[in-house]
Amino acid sequence: MDILYKAFVEPFLFMSEAPDLLLQTLWEGLVSGVLYALIALGFVLIFKASGVFNFAQGIMVVFAALTLVGLYEKGVPALLALLLTAGVMLLLAIAVERIVLRPLVNQPDIILFMATFGLTYFLVGLGELVFGGSPKEMIADALYLPQGTTELTLLGGPVRFQHLDIAAAVIASIIIAALAVFFSRTRIGRALRAVADSHKAALSVGISLNQIWVIVWFAAGIVALVAGIMWGARSGVSFSLQIIALKALPVLILGGFTSVPGAIIGGLIVGVGEKVGEFYWGPLVGGGIDTWLAYVIALLFLLYRPQGLFGERIIERI
Amino acid sequence: MSFRSVTLGLAVATLMGGATLPATAQDSIYVPLFTYRTGPFAGSGMHIADGMHDYLEMLNQRDGGIGGVKLVIEECETGYDTKKGVECYEAVKGKNPVIVNPWSTGITLPLIPRAAVDKIPILSMAYGLSASARGDIFPWVFNPPSTYWDGMSMIIKYIGDKEGGLDKLKGKKIGFLHLDASFGKEPIPLLEELSKELGFEVKLYPVAAQDMQNQSSQWLSVRRDRPDYMIMWGWGSMNGGAIKEAVRSGYPMDKFLSVWWPGEDDARSGGAGAKGFKMLNWHGVGTTYPALQDIMKNVVDKGLSKASKEKVGELLYNRGVYNSLLIAEAIANAQKLTGKKVVTGEDVRRGMETIKLDPARLKALGLEGFADEIALSCVDHNGHRPAFMQEWDGSKWVKISDPIAPMGDRVRAQLEAAAKDYAEKNAGWPKRAEACDKAS
Repeated sequence: MDILYKAFVEPFLFMSEAPDLLLQTLWEGLVSGVLYALIALGFVLIFKASGVFNFAQGIMVVFAALTLVGLYEKGVPALLALLLTAGVMLLLAIAVERIVLRPLVNQPDIILFMATFGLTYFLVGLGELVFGGSPKEMIADALYLPQGTTELTLLGGPVRFQHLDIAAAVIASIIIAALAVFFSRTRIGRALRAVADSHKAALSVGISLNQIWVIVWFAAGIVALVAGIMWGARSGVSFSLQIIALKALPVLILGGFTSVPGAIIGGLIVGVGEKVGEFYWGPLVGGGIDTWLAYVIALLFLLYRPQGLFGERIIERI
Repeated sequence: MSFRSVTLGLAVATLMGGATLPATAQDSIYVPLFTYRTGPFAGSGMHIADGMHDYLEMLNQRDGGIGGVKLVIEECETGYDTKKGVECYEAVKGKNPVIVNPWSTGITLPLIPRAAVDKIPILSMAYGLSASARGDIFPWVFNPPSTYWDGMSMIIKYIGDKEGGLDKLKGKKIGFLHLDASFGKEPIPLLEELSKELGFEVKLYPVAAQDMQNQSSQWLSVRRDRPDYMIMWGWGSMNGGAIKEAVRSGYPMDKFLSVWWPGEDDARSGGAGAKGFKMLNWHGVGTTYPALQDIMKNVVDKGLSKASKEKVGELLYNRGVYNSLLIAEAIANAQKLTGKKVVTGEDVRRGMETIKLDPARLKALGLEGFADEIALSCVDHNGHRPAFMQEWDGSKWVKISDPIAPMGDRVRAQLEAAAKDYAEKNAGWPKRAEACDKAS
């Protein structure tokens, strides 16, 4: 009975007794969720256009952040370093299309997936060779990212809001809105959707697959850069950031691999779910449930809705 | 010449070059270093690797090795991955290594049963299995100068002093933020035992490797539980991540203490808010010691080091130097004991058991005042030496306490029980057959 009380009564009593802590937990979950969504977005963009699950998305986040900090450390002004890093991500996109994707056209998806494994280890090696393995500090001040904390008394207790977290939520929302407009309102965006629906049909109406791939890999690179800046400003830039990208997997399963809104909703569910789960139910099992809770939620979704919340239902004729 | 033939030529040249890579010649001593300059733990591992390598290389450059025998130093990258670490061990064991340094508790554990079979001593300096301090049960494993249990008891003692006595810990709440791996879990049995005995409550906050830079959940729980003190057992980017989160969540930094693994980079990452963060340490920082000056002159200035100049003398770099100081001293002792110049793993095991680094010996080695004296024996493979508490003042570490001795009586009882338990659980664990040297 005690365990039932602790599982089904105590957490809710605690929520009502300390609503300020519930609010703080929800806020932390939302911020984490937005950042997970940013990483997941990079996966979605590439999967939509080429059907490739880009295993290298995590290391692209680290690589972009390291390039930015590395250029700044070499004396390049921050905003110029930001532009140059975007340029590096464009070069990377062109190189990936030319060297990896183009020679592998018409190969099974698993071959392309394995190629992104190779790309991951190449970028790890290149990053370590150029920038070294030491953790670095994100140049948050130089990029005019707000620092500091605002503490408000809400629902009877202090709730802390990091200015950086607020900025992360706003910037991520802008990026997401911009991508939504890009996909739905621009010519390139419509071409990209056409490619996502059918490569052959897109080719038949004169859409260049190669050009589209460069564009989506570049867009994924920019998303990786933003994610790298935000995660880096929160917890430093190091190669362990790439492991956080694993959290994007349950986000994608929840939201669907092809849906931009799905990545966002999925990110928020995972972010809030793991924080609330760990905070209220973690002590029941000795803590640490946030490392696997997201995967359990994703597994349940897989059982009942394998295409995710917003994913396209795949019906294949046999 | 076609592209293919150039590639083929390069491949053949690489293979031939590989054949001439450092080998274990008859007139040299092979010292493999297990390091990690890549992956999530590289931020800590690379400085240790640099310190270890540079001290041994300095001996090669300055003295022609040890006792006139050159050291062959070879790194094997483990990435702090147990599987890769065991692969490194298998790769080096055929080259007659005189000692191995796993630099990971996770890698140390599977190597312990192999050491006696392969006759290769293991040096797990201030990490690894605490119970392996018992030389009578683990003759091939050494973990000086203090075990993790010593470290935990020192931190509890320090907190007790701050509160006005160990009895004042009754009713207090102590949080334990730890890497969710063998290393982070190692001191938990002692912490739980002390909590029962002294009457304080323990709250555990495990951090998975993939969440080292994503610790907001743990720090939300800290806010919920409001522990009076927080103790950290972290490594790699977990340390910097925790300090940052502690600052973000407004946890009082003067109540946040750690075992001896954070470095300057970790403390710096917390910005001004990290001021007041505390950790245990047992050796000096800086390059004022003559041996460190020799490293600068003979290794760094000659471009033989992978470390950048400003990192030489930092805490984790000097930790690596201390590790190699022990290796070098064990080799020198082995040469004295056996009369041989080119010693083996079996000889160096005896050399480790006869280590006696007193102030006079440290001075002779150019490390006067660098560390407390230490003597190992065939029974005691650890030394159980005191450590001091140091505090981050915003730009550097400042020593803030006298040496804190471990709670010897409490730790000893636990060690004995754990060592016996290990031997019983590992059926057929051999009784020590190695003779003790007179000097040990």
